[in-house]
Amino acid sequence: MIATALSSLILATLAAGAVLALQHARRWRAGQPAGVDIVAGLKALPGRYLVDVHHVVARKSFNARFHALTAGGFLASLPLLVLAAVPALRGWLLWGLLALALAVMLGGALMVGYRRRVEKPAELSQGRFKRLPYALLAYAAAFLVVALDQLAGGVLPWPLALAFVLAGAWGGAELILGVGRGPLKHALNGALHLVAHPRPARFHDRAGRDTGLRPADLEAPKLGSERPLDFAWNRLLGFDACVQCGRCEVACPAYAADLPLNPKKLIQDLVTAMDTAADGERRTDASYAGHNHPGRPIGLAQGGAALPLVGPGAMIHPDTLWACTTCRACVQECPMMIEHVDAVIDLRRFQTLELGATPAKAAAVLEELRVTDNPGGKPLARRTDWAVDLNLPLLAEKGQCDVLLWLGDGAFDLRVQRSLRALVGLMRRAGIDFAVLGEEELDSGDVARRLGDEATFQDLARRNIATLSRYRFGRIVTADPHALHVIRNEYPSFGGHWTVTHHTAFLLELVESGKLTLKGPTGGSVTYHDPCYLGRYNGEIEAPRRLLDAIGLQRVEMERSGLRSSCCGGGGGAPLTDVAGKRRIPDVRMDHARATGAERVAVACPTCTLMLEGVVGQRPAVAEISELVLEAVA
Amino acid sequence: MLKVAVLLSIGRHPASGRPRRAPLDARALELALRLPGAEIHAVHAGDPAEPVLRDYLGMGLDRLTVLEIPAGSDPVPALVAHLKALSPDLILAGRCAEGGEDSGMLPYLVAQGLGAALLPDVADLSAGEGTATLTQALPRGRRRQAEARFPLVVSVHPAAPEPRQSAFARARRGLVEAVAASAPQDGFIGECEIRPWRPRPKRLRLAAGGSALERLKAATETKSGQGQVLVRPTADEAARAIYEYLVEQRVIGTS
Ligand code: SF4
Ligand code: SF4
Repeated sequence: MIATALSSLILATLAAGAVLALQHARRWRAGQPAGVDIVAGLKALPGRYLVDVHHVVARKSFNARFHALTAGGFLASLPLLVLAAVPALRGWLLWGLLALALAVMLGGALMVGYRRRVEKPAELSQGRFKRLPYALLAYAAAFLVVALDQLAGGVLPWPLALAFVLAGAWGGAELILGVGRGPLKHALNGALHLVAHPRPARFHDRAGRDTGLRPADLEAPKLGSERPLDFAWNRLLGFDACVQCGRCEVACPAYAADLPLNPKKLIQDLVTAMDTAADGERRTDASYAGHNHPGRPIGLAQGGAALPLVGPGAMIHPDTLWACTTCRACVQECPMMIEHVDAVIDLRRFQTLELGATPAKAAAVLEELRVTDNPGGKPLARRTDWAVDLNLPLLAEKGQCDVLLWLGDGAFDLRVQRSLRALVGLMRRAGIDFAVLGEEELDSGDVARRLGDEATFQDLARRNIATLSRYRFGRIVTADPHALHVIRNEYPSFGGHWTVTHHTAFLLELVESGKLTLKGPTGGSVTYHDPCYLGRYNGEIEAPRRLLDAIGLQRVEMERSGLRSSCCGGGGGAPLTDVAGKRRIPDVRMDHARATGAERVAVACPTCTLMLEGVVGQRPAVAEISELVLEAVA
Repeated sequence: MLKVAVLLSIGRHPASGRPRRAPLDARALELALRLPGAEIHAVHAGDPAEPVLRDYLGMGLDRLTVLEIPAGSDPVPALVAHLKALSPDLILAGRCAEGGEDSGMLPYLVAQGLGAALLPDVADLSAGEGTATLTQALPRGRRRQAEARFPLVVSVHPAAPEPRQSAFARARRGLVEAVAASAPQDGFIGECEIRPWRPRPKRLRLAAGGSALERLKAATETKSGQGQVLVRPTADEAARAIYEYLVEQRVIGTS
């Protein structure tokens, strides 16, 4: 009788869970169509879960362990409980296996309890999530008692045994019904998101990295996303996979500087808005039980699946949207592989292209960009003013060269000019056959694209591609990771395919091949700040470090470095949208550099250079890597 | 309902020389768009195929009327004829165009043609029954409040609010309506030589060291009676003088 009660309760819960899940799926199925290869996704699912997701989760090894124990035990126990519905199968083998699975799960559940109730990391959400350890413990412990009792032939008095069954069933209901609404969103939504992921190439079974933005169809009736329903269905599914673990919140540089952006809340804002029926129903964010967007109280934002998402009284305040530096730290940390930056850009596209609502200074820069092809509105011929005495060879005059040096818009800035001079000096010493485009070089389009101005980006991209296609050169070298990313990863969609090398990798080649000879150790300590668009966007974190080691500087790492580095605040047009917070992002980053005690912080990007140079007060000196290499060459 | 006509011209970016929305005309349109419940008629005299016209549509206009006249002709008669037929309460235009003669005369000539009053250099305005209350920008940041009866021509000052951003999708959706118009050839402009604008060269002085304030002073201060004046030098002489100066100022090294 106890066994029957046990398995029928579980069967009923599973059935209820299935109905709820179907109902829940309607919310994201209401999104726009997307080309998804479901069969390939299903095939790749186990690998993606066990390799890619595990890889992220395992950055906290304790978490990986309790997930393996709890999920393993839970998933093993479910079919056993279902099998227990068949009287003929109820035997010592079944109960033994069940007891084993539940014991494993109990171990994991205790670890979860320790983490959520004793350690209490601040980034975790409360609300429904608070009951999770109790539900896990109830399910595992109570059913374990029942299984052991059955193994022993039913020694407990039946009312007591039934009480255990009911306690375990409560836990089971919490867990199974939580698959749709949380906390266990990763079980179903997470898995489906891995199947239908909008960037399948980012998983280990494909290229392993996919960071270029997708081109928008400028002929479409509506550009960008205004409402939740304007997102593709697999994007909505992605948002709905968020388990509110808060890892993105901890990594976000805007959040760290108390700008009004918390990526976890941003994703939950989207989820809350899409939670309503599609007919214009409104809902506030009051049910959200995690940290807010700094400075913005919870409960005032309102939205719905068919209502505009961005606006002063809407679900997402414009300041939240424009505070993002597109640094991808959140994407890097998200165990559910959610693409926050794509969502931000989709929303920005609507704001810029349809509403003309790019914040003030950014809008003015976009206008200058359209008319002059550079953000400062300068004559393009002045891009090489700083090099009057260097006689930079023009590609138009040479016709061809080995290395095309892409200068970028930093060339208009006094500070960046200093590092470009160092780079040119080094290339001369190494005897490189190089040239520049001079006034034929236009802005790469990076800032326009991150600000949502896809039209200006595509125009610049097409014209740059047309220029580059006219010439013969071996490869492009640039000191600007933004230009590098755009030309390497985003121009191919428009027919531009070139090899682009960052100057750090290039200089390393020159040093290793002996074309540049070094004086021997220069001494002094340095810490290296990884530019987001070189590190996370392109995975290049080794070359700059090897270069610094080669020139004999004592290298110390910041608390956040490499692929988990923290942004300088300069990406995504953030210096232009200039959303105010309690602190500035570069100040926070400089704190990290200061904490290392290094004399200098080495940078490898013109934007990082300017952001970090802008930090006032006692601080390590900011040096561009080419300047450091120039100091060290014989 | 308040009927407002806005005269829009094609600007020219000072650095690139490329066409753009004229900054002051865009401000005029911005003022018009801020008038609650106004019926806005945007008018341009020129080439209806000019893509930059769409930048005005992107600010939130549904349509834009273009009086089709050949390049290098005088737009005033066509505008006056069109406005007479339209008979708006209020006519807004930037106080000076970019490109063309840039004489700033157009609003006056239009007002004269219509026999309407003109109020120059307006930075802000609101409309009432049959009258408008306007804020004029005077030199040195002073402001003057004025009241004027319709019909009224207003020229807009750079101190007027920044024009809103032009949205790509709205620009694409808006309608450009071409209307045939006749215009006399403008003899004067045909004879002018047009060159890109260049800032007056400044004496460059680099100051090394000193406090930030001293360096700023050295960089911004102008002293008279310094340097040498070369009258019609040969290219070689000029180059040598510049070179020596740059070496003296340590902009370039001598090695
Ligand atoms: S978006 Fe990803 S990282 Fe952020 S809380 Fe949700 S699941 Fe965690
Ligand atoms: S991309 Fe960077 S700034 Fe934007 S939400 Fe993610 S972590 Fe924050």
